Amino acid sequence: MLAKMLIEQYGGADGELSAALRYLNQRYSIPDKVIGLLTDIGTEEFAHLEMIATMVYKLTKDATPEQLREAGLGDHYVNHGYSLFYHDAAGNPWTAAYIASKGDPIADLYEDIAAEEKARATYQWIIDNTDDPDIKDSLRFLREREVIHSLRFREAVEILKEYQGSKKVF
Amino acid sequence: MDGTSAEWRSYVNFRSPFDPCPARVKWYDVPPAVTYPVQKSARKQFAPQEALRKGTLWPEYDSPYPPV
Repeated sequence: MLAKMLIEQYGGADGELSAALRYLNQRYSIPDKVIGLLTDIGTEEFAHLEMIATMVYKLTKDATPEQLREAGLGDHYVNHGYSLFYHDAAGNPWTAAYIASKGDPIADLYEDIAAEEKARATYQWIIDNTDDPDIKDSLRFLREREVIHSLRFREAVEILKEYQGSKKVF
Repeated sequence: MDGTSAEWRSYVNFRSPFDPCPARVKWYDVPPAVTYPVQKSARKQFAPQEALRKGTLWPEYDSPYPPV
């Protein structure tokens, strides 16, 4: 049951895959000063994707098909067996339509901030739904990282405000 | 959730005057990154091991969940 919910952070709209691909794609066209930040956070999101994958894998690897069915993962088992797949908790496959790239630095950074806040909320709702102490610990860590990423993107907006201003000095 | 954490705000959703159900307080988080969107310099730090567990180096950006 928990694995089914965790899959939301694997292949969901505000999941770690969406986050990593969103940031690593935006960094080509963003001003130089914040490329490093997008590279840094985008790469970290891939590490988080691995953490989620490991949690889902370990929660399901020894379950019988019947147990998977009882946990609501019967459809997943029929389609994917014990392997993971990039879809959300409701079974919708991951799509690039989840992420955006407007080519406008401020619009893109505000999209990133919104994505971090949505991921933070998602982690809260998953934490509310489990009593597994080790999973809870890991999810609390991941939630805190979303808070810090949000902070870093907000700072990037401040950097760009200054940056735009400094360009006007002749 | 007792609302003792400074991060959390409470509200009661709209209800019709004829709603027979008792009002229920809901909560939402205003994380420290929203309140302080730019880091100050020379701030207190967690010890490295503790920072690794918490997910942040900075006590003022530590946002426990569920709130304490």
